[in-house]
Amino acid sequence: MLSIKDLHAEVEGKNILKGLNLEIREGEVHAIMGPNGSGKSTLGHVLSGRPGYEITQGSVEFLGKDLLKLDTEERAHLGLFLAFQYPVEIPGVSNMEFLKASVDAVRESQGASAYDTVGFMRRAREACAAVDLDQAFLKRGVNEGFSGGEKKRNELMQMMLLEPRLCILDETDSGLDIDAMQVVASGVNAMRSESRSFLLVTHYQRLLDYIEPDFVHVLADGRIIRSGDTSLALELEAKGYSWLDDSEVA
Amino acid sequence: MADLLTPQLNAETPAPDWLQSRRLAGRAAWESSEMPTRKTEAWKYTSLFALQQPFMAARESAESAEELGLELPQLAGSRLVFVNGFWREDLSEIEPDAAIELVRFSDADQTQAALIAQHLGSVVPGNKHPFSALNDAVLADGVFLRILTGSKAARPVQLVWHNSPQVDAAINSQRLLVLAEQHSEATVVEHFSGQGHSFTNGLPELILAAGAALSHSRLHLESAEALHVGGLHAALERDATLNSFHVAFGGKLKRIDIVINHQGHGAHCQLDGMYLLRGQEHVDYHTCIEHALPHCTTDETFRGIVGDKASAVFNGRIHIHPDAQKTRAELSNKNLLTSATAEVNTKPELEIYADDVQCAHGATVAQLDESMLHYLRTRGIPADEALVLLSYGFINALVEKQRLESLRDYLKPRLANYFGAALALDPDDAGG
Ligand SMILES: Nc1ncnc2c1ncn2[C@@H]1O[C@H](COP(=O)(O)OP(=O)(O)OP(=O)(O)O)[C@@H](O)[C@H]1O
Ligand SMILES: [Mg+2]
Repeated sequence: MLSIKDLHAEVEGKNILKGLNLEIREGEVHAIMGPNGSGKSTLGHVLSGRPGYEITQGSVEFLGKDLLKLDTEERAHLGLFLAFQYPVEIPGVSNMEFLKASVDAVRESQGASAYDTVGFMRRAREACAAVDLDQAFLKRGVNEGFSGGEKKRNELMQMMLLEPRLCILDETDSGLDIDAMQVVASGVNAMRSESRSFLLVTHYQRLLDYIEPDFVHVLADGRIIRSGDTSLALELEAKGYSWLDDSEVA
Repeated sequence: MADLLTPQLNAETPAPDWLQSRRLAGRAAWESSEMPTRKTEAWKYTSLFALQQPFMAARESAESAEELGLELPQLAGSRLVFVNGFWREDLSEIEPDAAIELVRFSDADQTQAALIAQHLGSVVPGNKHPFSALNDAVLADGVFLRILTGSKAARPVQLVWHNSPQVDAAINSQRLLVLAEQHSEATVVEHFSGQGHSFTNGLPELILAAGAALSHSRLHLESAEALHVGGLHAALERDATLNSFHVAFGGKLKRIDIVINHQGHGAHCQLDGMYLLRGQEHVDYHTCIEHALPHCTTDETFRGIVGDKASAVFNGRIHIHPDAQKTRAELSNKNLLTSATAEVNTKPELEIYADDVQCAHGATVAQLDESMLHYLRTRGIPADEALVLLSYGFINALVEKQRLESLRDYLKPRLANYFGAALALDPDDAGG
């Protein structure tokens, strides 16, 4: 489904990704862990086509297409979804209006008919309840004044409504209380399917107790330096990254 | 330039006798006045060059509302419609309302004529603005709205000045006098619309007696070809409240001066406005709030969205006189540029001569936020549509603040349309 080969990317002239390889097949759940500043979010931004991130080398194929050639919205239409580590506030645009514009655009691009307003509002309210957010959040400006945890739930709500093929969750579990962590986990687990894949960026092994990944990778200094199964996460939890630094990085 | 606009002085339109002396005085003032040039501070960023071509008082046309392209908000109250400056009885409607008197100057009875003569021009400072003199000089008719003491108008009053697509270079001289007597309450919507090339010289005067509450909107929704120069003048007596809301689509040249005089204790004014420009349009808002007496408040918020090669000017002056202790005044002007070639000159001017006051002002000019745009696009929303959403979001709060639901319902789709069309022009240019 997603095939990243020797990806190099820079921001403001600074090399961040330095030859990253990653292969995700349909239905798989991958977790990426790694020290602060190692390039995890950068990977998400690059995959989403964020301006300012320049790809200097390598290739990314997504569902048989050259991802790097597509506009950001076209990537979303294909089924790529990025839950932001820091979701953006958009004052003045109501969450409901935003969700409708988003779902309409994605469905239209896929040749599906748009939901009628009533039908859409019912779905939005269901998704809102599923992530345990008060319905009032649908009327507020997008992420405007939302707490950290509320923003993360809002990202999850969008993911549920858009039904993407590949979901990249950039630290969606960070800053969440224990209940919210369960909400994220059950949301992801409910959406797991043979044709949908996940890439979870996390700092906490605990999330992986709730969502069992097929693979765990360690990203350090712009490359994946170690891959394994859930036992790798447990090992990192116990020993920290320096254990890897010694043997693999330096 | 005075010469070019002068022909309309000679196209004598009949006016009631009691207006004659005002016309003559206006004519004398206009003929001796000098056109402001860009060397004048108040006209630094606005050239009157576009006025250098003939405009004429156009004959009344007999088209239907449909043919005229007249689309109005459904406000359910009385409505007076002028087309190319001429009153159109067939398009107007008077709903009986015991709280108000609504007449054209030419129809005023003796008492009304006396009231008009007494108040007209009373809040317009003499020979400051040559266009006020011009307005006086050609004064043939106008609208007088009187809200009777202690009464509340049941429905909004709608006043429309429209330009028909059939007439080119029409001239519109708009005059409105609103007299809100003590403790009266009403809602008035001024609406400018139409197609084609036209010149409007507008001069509304709002007089609010003690305790009066007036909700006022002024919509400048004319074509991109339109020119509009004029001023709004208001006087607020003790404890009077004015809510004034302004919307301006861009035109070839729009220069609107808003002057509000707090001249009684405890008067309050909420002034909201937005200007939306594209192409090579130009809009210049000059607002001036005079706080002459204590305990008055002003909340002023203007927002502008400027795209393409358009240019906007906002000059917001708040003048707090030595006697105006306990004044609270806030002024905010935020601008969003949707192209790298758009231009805004914004200048808040606070002049404070009293010491016990609370004042705040702020002005910003910003490009479209890249991270917001990107966020929307990651959700599948195409760039041009994202621009519409973001533009809408920028002014949405001001629309939502308006209490007239029918007005909000009227504006929303038109604003969305406007942004859609405006931004479809060059979505890639956004964010500069
Ligand atoms: N616009 C930018 N200009 C300069 N440096 C940048 C910019 N954006 C990111 N970086 C740098 O790129 C590096 C990788 O950042 P990134 O956000 O991808 O890290 P991360 O692995 O997600 O870290 P964290 O675990 O803290 O979220 C950091 O050193 C960061 O400072
Ligand atoms: Mg990160």
